[in-house]
Amino acid sequence: MTIEVRDVTKRFGEFVALDDVSVAVDDGSLTALLGPSGSGKSTLLRVIAGLEAPDAGTVLIAGEDATGVPARRRGLGFVFQHYAAFRHMTVRDNVGFALSIRRRPKAEIRARVNELLTLVGLAGLHERYPDQLSGGQRQRMALARALAVEPRVLLLDEPFGALDTGVRAELRAWLRRLHDDTGVTTVLVTHDQEEALEVADRIVVMRDGRIEQAGTPRELYDRPANDFVMGFLGSVSRIGDSLVRPFEIELRTEPVDGAPEGMVRRTVHLGFVVRVELVLDDGTPLTVELSRPRAEELELAAGDIVWVVSDVARRPGRPPATAPAPAAGR
Amino acid sequence: MAHSRASKLTVRGLALGYMAVLVLVPVGYVLIHAFKPGLTGVWNSLTTPAAQHAIQLTVEITAIAVVLNTIFGLIAALVLERTRLRIRYVLDLLVDLPFAVSPVVVGLALLLLYGRQGWFGGWLTDHGIRIVFSMPGMIIATVFVSIPFVAREVGPALREAGTEQEQAAATLGASRLQAFWRITLPSIRAALAYGVVLTTARALGEFGAVSVVSGRIAGQTITLPLLVQQRYQNFDQTGAYVAAAFLAVIALLVLLAMTVLSPGRRKTR
Repeated sequence: MTIEVRDVTKRFGEFVALDDVSVAVDDGSLTALLGPSGSGKSTLLRVIAGLEAPDAGTVLIAGEDATGVPARRRGLGFVFQHYAAFRHMTVRDNVGFALSIRRRPKAEIRARVNELLTLVGLAGLHERYPDQLSGGQRQRMALARALAVEPRVLLLDEPFGALDTGVRAELRAWLRRLHDDTGVTTVLVTHDQEEALEVADRIVVMRDGRIEQAGTPRELYDRPANDFVMGFLGSVSRIGDSLVRPFEIELRTEPVDGAPEGMVRRTVHLGFVVRVELVLDDGTPLTVELSRPRAEELELAAGDIVWVVSDVARRPGRPPATAPAPAAGR
Repeated sequence: MAHSRASKLTVRGLALGYMAVLVLVPVGYVLIHAFKPGLTGVWNSLTTPAAQHAIQLTVEITAIAVVLNTIFGLIAALVLERTRLRIRYVLDLLVDLPFAVSPVVVGLALLLLYGRQGWFGGWLTDHGIRIVFSMPGMIIATVFVSIPFVAREVGPALREAGTEQEQAAATLGASRLQAFWRITLPSIRAALAYGVVLTTARALGEFGAVSVVSGRIAGQTITLPLLVQQRYQNFDQTGAYVAAAFLAVIALLVLLAMTVLSPGRRKTR
C-alpha cells in the first residue's frame, strides 16, 4: 500500500512542525523517518495516521485522498513510543480490541489473538496485565494489537525509544524479520541513525519541519546532500571547511606538501579500529580512525607530530564505505 | 531521614488526637445518646410518619442530585481536560463556586429567582409550577452545593490517564463513544466512584441551602438534616440524636459500599 504526502504544513501555535513536506512511501517498503527531536518526524507520522490534521496539503493512501478521513477509518496500524497499552485489559483483550470493536465472533477473536501472540513471541501470557510485562513485551503486545486487523500500513513512532539497548537491538532485528515475513508497508520514526541504517530500505532525513534528503541508506551515507545529513548518518570529522568520515583520513609521519600538521593527543583502541585524537597546528581538534594494521605500522604515541591527508571530502560517487565506523560523536 | 521512635509516635498521636477531638468524639457521642432509649426507642423514633417522610425525601433528593452531578461532572471534566474550548476557563471557575459561596447564600439566591416575588416567580406561578418551598427547589439547591466533587476527582484521573490510549483505540477502529466506554471510563473508574461518594455524602447532609428553600413545611419539605434540627429545637433531644445517627450510618454505608466496589482506587491513583 503506497502512501503519498503532498505539500503538508502543520503548525502548533507559532511553531512550524511541518513546512510544506512532500514524501512518498513505496508499497511493501520499510521507510524510516530520521531526524533530531523537533524535526517534525513524529508529526508527519501522526498526520499520516490521521491523529493530527494538517493545516495544508493532502495525504494519499493507496492513491486515494485520505486527508479528511478519521484515524479509525484509515485502516492503519499505529505503535506508540510508550506502548499506549490498555492498562485495565489483559494482553488477550488488548490484542483482540480491534476485532471486538468490529464485532467479530468470539471464537475467531480467540484464534486470531493466539496466532498473533505466537507471532510476537508472547504465547502463554494471555491473561497478564500490561503492568506485569517488561517494556519489550509491552511493545510486542502493542505490535500484535496493531497487526490484529491486518492493517494496510504499519506506523511506528519511536517504538524502541523507551527500551534498554540490548532489548532494542533484539526487537529491531525482529521487526525487520516481521516485515520481511508479512510484507506490510511500514513507516518507522526514529532519532537513532544506527536503527534507521540497520532496519530501513529507505530513509527520509528531516530537520526543522523539512525533508533534507530521502534515499536508500547507502545513498544517504555515501552521497549525503549536505553537511547535516552527513553528520546525522555516522560520525564526521571537520578539516577546514569540509566534512570527512574519520576513517577516510590518512596520517603520515613524514611531511607532505600542503597537508596540515597535527599533534597526537591520545590513541584509543576500539578493536579493529584505532581512534586517534589530534590537535591541528591551528588549534582545532580532529578525530581520525585507522585500521589496526595501519595504526601498528605508524606506531603513534601521544606527542607525535603527523601530517593529515584527505582528498575524499564529500566527493560525489566515492567508493562505498566498507566498514561503517562506530559513532565517534556525530 | 531517620525519624526517632518518639517523634513518629508524637506525629501519630497528634494526628489521631486531632481526628478524635473533631470527628470520633462528637460522632460517638451522638451514637451513644441515640441508643440511650434502647433499640425500641430508636425504632419508634425512626418510624414516625415525619421521620419516614424525611428519610424518603432525603434519599430521593440525594439520588437525583448524584445522578445529575455525575453526568455533569464527567462532562465538565472532559471539557476541562480534553478540549481547547474557550468556555473551559469559565467552567473551571464555576465548578469551584459552590466551595466558595455559603450554602445559605445559594438558598437566598434561589428564593430571589424563583420565589413568588422573584424574577421568574410571576411566570412560574401563572403556569402552576412550584419550585421554592417544594422538592424542585431543594433538588436545585442540593445539586448546586454538590457540583464540584465528581468534576474535581475525575479531572486529575483523566490527566494522568493521558490521551494516548484513546488515540490507540482510534487507530484500532474505535469511535469516540466506543473509546470513552471501553478505554476512558475504565481508567477513571476509581476516581469517579470516589467523586460519587463525596457527592452523595454532601447531598445527604446538606442543610443550609435546602433549609432556606424548603420553607420547612412539616411532612412535606423536611429532609433528615432538617428533621434533626427541628426535633432539637422542639426539645426532643433523643429524637434528634437518633435522626443524626441514622444520617451518619447511611453516609458510612455509602462510603463502605464504594470502597468494596472499587478496590482499585489505591493502586490506580
